[in-house]
Amino acid sequence: MDFINAIVLLLNYTVIPALTYGSQLALGAIFVTLVYGILRFANFATGDMMSFGTMVAVLITFYFQSLGISFGFLPTALLTIPPAILAMIFYMLFIDKFVFSYYRVKKSPPVQLAMVSVGVMFVTQAIIRIIIGPFDRRFFDGEKFILKANEFREMTGLNEGLTIKSTQAITIFVTVLVVSIMFWFLNRTKTGTSMRAYSDNEDLALLSGIDPKKVVLITWIIAGILATIGGVLYGLDKSYRPFVYFNNMLPIFAAAIVGGIGNPFGAFLGGYVIAFAEILVTYAYKKFFAYLLPEFMEPDSLMQLLSTDYKFAVSFSILVIVLLFRPSGIFKGKTL
Amino acid sequence: MMQHKNIIAAYSIMILLIIAVGVLQSWTIALTILNYCLISAVMTIGANIQWGYAGLINFGIMGYTALGGLAAVLVNVPPVKEAWKAGGSGMVVSLILIISGVYIIRTVLRKFENSKKRNYIVAAIIIIGFVTIRYISGPAIENIEAVDPAKTGFLGGLGLPIIFSWIVGGLFAAGIAFIVGKIALGLRADYLAIATLLIAEIIVSIIKHEDWLARGVKNVIGLKRPVPYEVDLQGSTWFIDLVEKFHSKKLDLITSLSERQDVLNQLVIDASSVYVKLCLAGLFLTVVIILLILTQKALYSPWGRKMRAIRDNEVAANAMGKNVVKEHLLIFILGSAIVGIAGAMMVTNDGLFTPGSYRPMRYTFVIWVMVIVGGTGNNFGAILGGFVVWFLWVEAAPIALFFINFFTAHLDETNAVKQHLIQSAAYFRFLLVGIGLLIIMRYRPKGLIPEKINIK
Amino acid sequence: MAFFEGSKMTAGYGDGPDIISSCTINVDKGEIVAILGPNGAGKSTAMKTMLGLLNLKSGSVLINGEDITNLSPQDRVKKGISFVPQSKNVFAELTVKENLEVGAFLRTDKLDKILNDIYDLFPILKEKQSQIVGELSGGQRQQVALGRALMIKPSVLMLDEPTAGVSPIVMDELFEHIIKVKKTNVAIIMVEQNAKQALSISDRGYVLVTGQNKFEGSGNELLNDPEVRRSFLGA
Repeated sequence: MDFINAIVLLLNYTVIPALTYGSQLALGAIFVTLVYGILRFANFATGDMMSFGTMVAVLITFYFQSLGISFGFLPTALLTIPPAILAMIFYMLFIDKFVFSYYRVKKSPPVQLAMVSVGVMFVTQAIIRIIIGPFDRRFFDGEKFILKANEFREMTGLNEGLTIKSTQAITIFVTVLVVSIMFWFLNRTKTGTSMRAYSDNEDLALLSGIDPKKVVLITWIIAGILATIGGVLYGLDKSYRPFVYFNNMLPIFAAAIVGGIGNPFGAFLGGYVIAFAEILVTYAYKKFFAYLLPEFMEPDSLMQLLSTDYKFAVSFSILVIVLLFRPSGIFKGKTL
Repeated sequence: MMQHKNIIAAYSIMILLIIAVGVLQSWTIALTILNYCLISAVMTIGANIQWGYAGLINFGIMGYTALGGLAAVLVNVPPVKEAWKAGGSGMVVSLILIISGVYIIRTVLRKFENSKKRNYIVAAIIIIGFVTIRYISGPAIENIEAVDPAKTGFLGGLGLPIIFSWIVGGLFAAGIAFIVGKIALGLRADYLAIATLLIAEIIVSIIKHEDWLARGVKNVIGLKRPVPYEVDLQGSTWFIDLVEKFHSKKLDLITSLSERQDVLNQLVIDASSVYVKLCLAGLFLTVVIILLILTQKALYSPWGRKMRAIRDNEVAANAMGKNVVKEHLLIFILGSAIVGIAGAMMVTNDGLFTPGSYRPMRYTFVIWVMVIVGGTGNNFGAILGGFVVWFLWVEAAPIALFFINFFTAHLDETNAVKQHLIQSAAYFRFLLVGIGLLIIMRYRPKGLIPEKINIK
Repeated sequence: MAFFEGSKMTAGYGDGPDIISSCTINVDKGEIVAILGPNGAGKSTAMKTMLGLLNLKSGSVLINGEDITNLSPQDRVKKGISFVPQSKNVFAELTVKENLEVGAFLRTDKLDKILNDIYDLFPILKEKQSQIVGELSGGQRQQVALGRALMIKPSVLMLDEPTAGVSPIVMDELFEHIIKVKKTNVAIIMVEQNAKQALSISDRGYVLVTGQNKFEGSGNELLNDPEVRRSFLGA
């Protein structure tokens, strides 16, 4: 019984939150890696672009709520994802046309494009803050829990409760769905294959008659979908605050590089690597060991490797270690 | 010749702008802006050495600035004796353990070069070391942080004049830059940017959360200035006499004696704050000039030529026997050290250390915008960039407010859009700086004052 | 009038000096033409100009009597001109089959038949069709490169040093494959360093020196020309 209690404890406090957070990171990391692989630059506006899409979803959600439209037991925000994606794609294409395309046509070095993306980052942050302000916004509604701790206890007779928030279930489900569709598209369709070919060898792709404009267009469309969904899921689960989205860019970058930049599947796994590392290293295992060990061996410290203050530091340290020992990432991406 | 004229013209405009702020807003604001411009200029010199001379992207400016600030605290604050008694020995032992651990790992790495066991041994040392250090430092930290937590709760510093911290800050930054450089400099440019950005976050999060070191987010206030305090000035007769003499004409017009005294008091209060800021500006200006002379000398020296050769064609420079890795490391350390100096200067200027305020937007990206806008590879350009961008950063809100009022003049005061825009005026600085960067990168990619091509 | 002809071409990179001047090269269907010459003679440049990767300063490029001088490389591909670059001529991260599919990107019909044709020509590719190209040997990669270029059923195939960096045995094998391709009524132009071997399978050859036609003739003529032998064939 104690053993099962210990497992439930870990599930409740580490595995489920890590799967949720990992999914949110994974979507962002695939976005980073696609832009890097196909448009060939590190996009420092990643976090703020995700923030932009989420902002649109939040605003439409508020509007729907004021009209009394709801999505039953599901959060209203899910209804607003499609229009938010449209707005996001429109914004990205607008930026691409007036900012990025100039440097792409000129074949500027990636560093210059990265620096330009810093400019885009500033502008996007300004737009977001002018429109919605820098404050914390909660836009979650609908049923909060799928499984409550006391219900679980009654059901199983265990000491430990297992809670599954609906946002957690939605996040994991939507991520799996979106990522599956995306990988099907990239690996099984002609357009998807042509995009991978373009990412692999641009010159030869051009010689094979692949239209670069179309590849760029579809890349931004996929990027818009990933950015908006990733951002809205994060906002539903925690809350929407522009500054936090900018900060999230950092673990997202870490996930993309750990997974091997330019490799979408690696980025997907990289998201979970980072999330699990952050949560497992900063979790206090005292109670866990209390279940497993005989009473006299019970630890009196918290049994925490690092305090939760160092969450971000953990993921960045992993990145540094990966860069040191396997610069192309755990799952092999483009060589550096 | 053209270029000299351009430089002089650009700087004159800049000085005129600051004077305009003095006349239109107030001299205190103008001098505050000037001081921050000077500090920014030091940062841009540091970043420009790395990017302009060697083509290295360091997005870790924030981390080195924070290290400089930490140095200011550790140099200036008097030691907290109770805290040292409570946990000093534990911390010293931990420090010795860390240093010896690093040495042991280094020897293991050398001795077992071709052995598969190597990684396991290193991992074992790290894990054992980590647990031991946690075991020793844990209670020590708890004890230290329990010492009068509202005021101290940390070990304190050396109690030396804060000006020494400018050098110590540089050394701190140089030391960390050495480690970071060893790790990250082999990476391709954009990876280096990301890696340095993340490492800076690690540095700041350590400073933020290790309260025994510098109180973390509880901030350290009341650092001693290297220049007089306003209150002291207001009490000293020589200063009051000076102000009286300076304003004698204006004061002579006032006939009533008590009224005259009131006006004089107000003038003294204003003048004291201006005087303090002028003193600081003098110190900062000295640093900027010294650094400018040194960096210019370096730029035109054989070493500077070598650096540019490496930047422009790494492969060729490597083939010619130049040690690119070593030179990159050196320049990375130098540039970071200068940023560290700036970090200490900034804390000196503010008189307080607030680790929570170190955010990448303000301390990394804005500095980068300064370097790019000013002119990469040209120190005069970089300094100008520091001035221009900082000026815009500060004055963006008033400018935006002016334009909002101008364009919405026909709207009612209660109009929702107008009110919303007025509330958001502060965020127009992001817009202004972002668009400025994009325009410069597009139409003047070498910056306002570009690098000279023919250097004799 | 030859099937594919670049006549009196003058071109260079950007605003730089002319690399080739008044250079003429033509090829007919079912014919292999080799472009030879010393280093820096403009062999690859001449070929890239015919593909449209460089802008012509003067001269013209014709296919089947149609002037394509002003078409972009992509549009020339649509006219049936296929090119195999010297390096990076495969998609290393994609499978063999995907490489071939990308090669047929412009085709809208079913690919089964053409895939089978390619597999007949290069049996090894059928065997390895779901393997990542980056994991193949050098010779196999070159076959993937050829296969990819042939997927659009080109009328003209241009090869830039197809045997660079492969072993002599693989080179012989590759030349055999090139002859097989020629028999499917394709016009082939190739730039080659291994002049003797190239001439032995070529119908005709051009020798370029400093961007101009110096000698031309059938493979045998050139092989037996004493001056060509002395200056380029090292005997």
